[in-house]
Amino acid sequence: MPGISKAAKPNLAQTLEVLRSIVGDAGVRRGAPADAVCGVVPELCVEPADEAELSGVLQYANEAELMVSPRGGGTKLDWGTQPQGVDLAISTARFNRVLDYAPCDMTVTAGAGVSIAQLQSTLATHGQRLALDPLWPERATIGGVIATNDSGALRVRYGGIRDLMIGATIALADGTLAASGGKVVKNVAGYDLPKLMAGSLGTLGIITRAVFRLHPLPECSQTLSWTFADCQRAKDFMLAISDSLVVPSGVQMRTGGYRSVDVDVRIDCIAAGIEPQIEAVRKLAGEVRPTEPEAGPWQMREQLWKPGGDTNPSCILKLSVLPTQLASVAEFVRSSLGSPQHANSGRAGDPGSGWTLLMHSTGLGWLRLDFGEDGSMECARLAEFISVLRALLVSAGESAVLLQAPPCVREKVDIWGDAGSALSLMMRIKQQFDPRGIFNRGRFVGGI
Amino acid sequence: MSAIATKGTTSPAFLDSLRTLLGDGLITSREELRTYECDGLTNLRVVPAAVVLPSTAEQVQAIVRLCAREHVAFVARGSGTGLSGGALPVEGGIVISLARLNRILEIDIANARAVVEPGVINTAVTQRVAPYGYFYAPDPSSQTVCTIGGNVAENSGGAHCLKYGFTTTHVLGLEVVLPDGSLVQIGSKALDAPGYDLSGVFVGAEGTLGIATKIILRIVRRPEVIQTLLAAFDSTNAAGAAVSDIIASGILPAAIEMMDRLSIQACEAAVHAGYPECGGLLLVELDGPAAEVEALMGRVRQKCLANGAWPQIRVAQTEEERALIWKGRKAAFAAMGRISPNYIVQDGVIPRTALPAVMEEIERLSSAVGLRVANVFHAGDGNLHPLVLYDRRIPGQEEAAERLAGDILKICVRAGGSITGEHGVGADKKMFMSEMFAEPDMETMQLVRCAFDPEQLSNPGKIFPRTRLCAERPGPYVPHPLELSGEAQLF
Repeated sequence: MPGISKAAKPNLAQTLEVLRSIVGDAGVRRGAPADAVCGVVPELCVEPADEAELSGVLQYANEAELMVSPRGGGTKLDWGTQPQGVDLAISTARFNRVLDYAPCDMTVTAGAGVSIAQLQSTLATHGQRLALDPLWPERATIGGVIATNDSGALRVRYGGIRDLMIGATIALADGTLAASGGKVVKNVAGYDLPKLMAGSLGTLGIITRAVFRLHPLPECSQTLSWTFADCQRAKDFMLAISDSLVVPSGVQMRTGGYRSVDVDVRIDCIAAGIEPQIEAVRKLAGEVRPTEPEAGPWQMREQLWKPGGDTNPSCILKLSVLPTQLASVAEFVRSSLGSPQHANSGRAGDPGSGWTLLMHSTGLGWLRLDFGEDGSMECARLAEFISVLRALLVSAGESAVLLQAPPCVREKVDIWGDAGSALSLMMRIKQQFDPRGIFNRGRFVGGI
Repeated sequence: MSAIATKGTTSPAFLDSLRTLLGDGLITSREELRTYECDGLTNLRVVPAAVVLPSTAEQVQAIVRLCAREHVAFVARGSGTGLSGGALPVEGGIVISLARLNRILEIDIANARAVVEPGVINTAVTQRVAPYGYFYAPDPSSQTVCTIGGNVAENSGGAHCLKYGFTTTHVLGLEVVLPDGSLVQIGSKALDAPGYDLSGVFVGAEGTLGIATKIILRIVRRPEVIQTLLAAFDSTNAAGAAVSDIIASGILPAAIEMMDRLSIQACEAAVHAGYPECGGLLLVELDGPAAEVEALMGRVRQKCLANGAWPQIRVAQTEEERALIWKGRKAAFAAMGRISPNYIVQDGVIPRTALPAVMEEIERLSSAVGLRVANVFHAGDGNLHPLVLYDRRIPGQEEAAERLAGDILKICVRAGGSITGEHGVGADKKMFMSEMFAEPDMETMQLVRCAFDPEQLSNPGKIFPRTRLCAERPGPYVPHPLELSGEAQLF
């Protein structure tokens, strides 16, 4: 296993002994293939019971320069570049309690290991929610969602996790526990470290608990879908909604290799408000009539990942473009990867449809690229496609990050793409927070 | 003051370099420098060694490079309306005024973005995008004079941040001159640029991480209708109960403001907004699609009445009526001059539900000290602005007022709140940071400072009660001279 100071490294037996003394026998086990982080199986998996134990584990790991990979629900362990090594996977599984829920203040403090679904069910008892719809809520934990900055269709109305998180406690590499932010929605005391943690992929510290502002659950919710002949018209419709007086809680475009373009629009509000808004959206669609949506349009982002893992290799990219570029990106994908030969005969996610694209009106999108069984989409071609796509995006500050890719693609293109002129500043932040580089070494942007 | 004293000072050669660079954009006469000796917090004053007024990002970069080379501390300044001494100059250092970087560089309606320079006035953004039906949401009360750059430094809020969020919600990216003089782009017009969320940590850092020279803003579609309700209650507690009821029923108003009897009297004396003389006045604004606002306003009215609101509830239907209702609230701080020769504007936050207990505590302290406290709140998010009234001419009153204002902050923290909701820590409240944060919390925050500004040249001496000296870690440890002399600590 690579490391910066192999000679000083304790052997496995020594490490086990120390860890057991901190977390007990049940809190540590050998890593298994299912624990792999981007293909690297951790030597050991540790589950501290509380922040004090976590702090102890980190102090030891830091002194011994063990490479650490924090984990929550383990749903996104393959995101990022392959780390240089993982000696310890440290799980927040036992930080699984909602610590302080103040429904009247509409704030909640929860342990990092609480799953999104568990949190939402607690909040629902008071008619409230965390207004965020990340992937795999049953398993994804709040710590993991913060670290990966995952957000769904609700983002257009409520913002991302950065906008909903008002406080956080993190454990640093040396075991220091540091709180920042607070328990009130409005607070400008000190640096906003919770935002720094959002999307940092476990490279700065381990989030142990977070505080969120909450929103009421909508009284009513209605989704309608429209089918357009091409991306240009679909995009125009989406932009018209953004430019209108309608307040949607989700607007997404779905298309793929064998299909036309569907647009789903969701309105959440009180009963008296739904119909006028739906009517306004209908008008914006012009001649095109709405259809009842296919089952679960808001779960389709999740379906880009095959349940139980992919049998055929595939790539999934997270795209970020300006809303006005929604159509040109889709058209670029279509022109590069093939136009529909059997228009409308497939569904998003159908095997063999080649590619599937889902884009929100915020400009965030997810593109799935399937490797054809006939080898029509081989690695070299995909890598080339990703490079050309990135070249198109970079000048406007847009990006395409690979969330899933087989080794043959990972070898050819950087997972993250260009981090821009701030990369050295990011490296200095990493150096300050984790001077020995124990956290997820090499997994993040620019080799951080 | 430890670290500050060790900074270089402005040598004649340094000033010559600035003069060559800026021509008339350099101020060195003592008289003119006095204009810059304080911001909106006027009891703290330091005359800077020089003030520079660059017109371009390149000039800002050249100035900062000079400062880095000569080790001269610099303080960026917008309009100087800040209330926490965030733009207070540093002894021997310079002030970099961004007033001349006042161009709106780009308006992109289709993507709901605006790109501006830091010296652009807050309301100027809204004025530019209003013809297209958009507005810039953060609306600090000083919005007609304060700058976007200053808003970025302070993460300014305003009455409408309950629904729309703060400056940080609306800043997507920045061009920043780092304290070593390098220029970086952080964030972008598109969301989720790969890497750390540096915009998130830069906004609200009170000018301690560098100087923004370009800011990418999100603009917001103006809602279909805006309705503002004014309800009178016998007490702030009754009004507070109505607020809790409104929020608990699932309504997210655009703004909820509350004023107590003393504030109402002051506002009436100042601007004649037609406020009823009552113990607690509530202003609730709803915005959004017409049908929804109409229905919800009915519920708000009901909740107010159920909590003892006086029957004559006013709902402003026109822009003029609405402006009149807001006029009193927005003038509240300045109006205190009508009822007291001097006053301190405090800014604390509490969980909304703690309002009755905190009010009681403030009243108790106020009568114990014998000083009046007027209260203006952003009630929806628990942001209190107690105004401590005093008379400087009476010996001891100013000190008593300062102590009382400080004690109020401690009450806020004990109730689970914060020492500042929107005015910032600055020079004013750094000694209160430890009421809210433990040493390791503050040390960890300063790791960010060390990454951005290891020499601590950018607005030094603000936010943190103690300066952390930055060291490259790991490596052979060499104690800093200040550490040896006991003036600073290396954590």
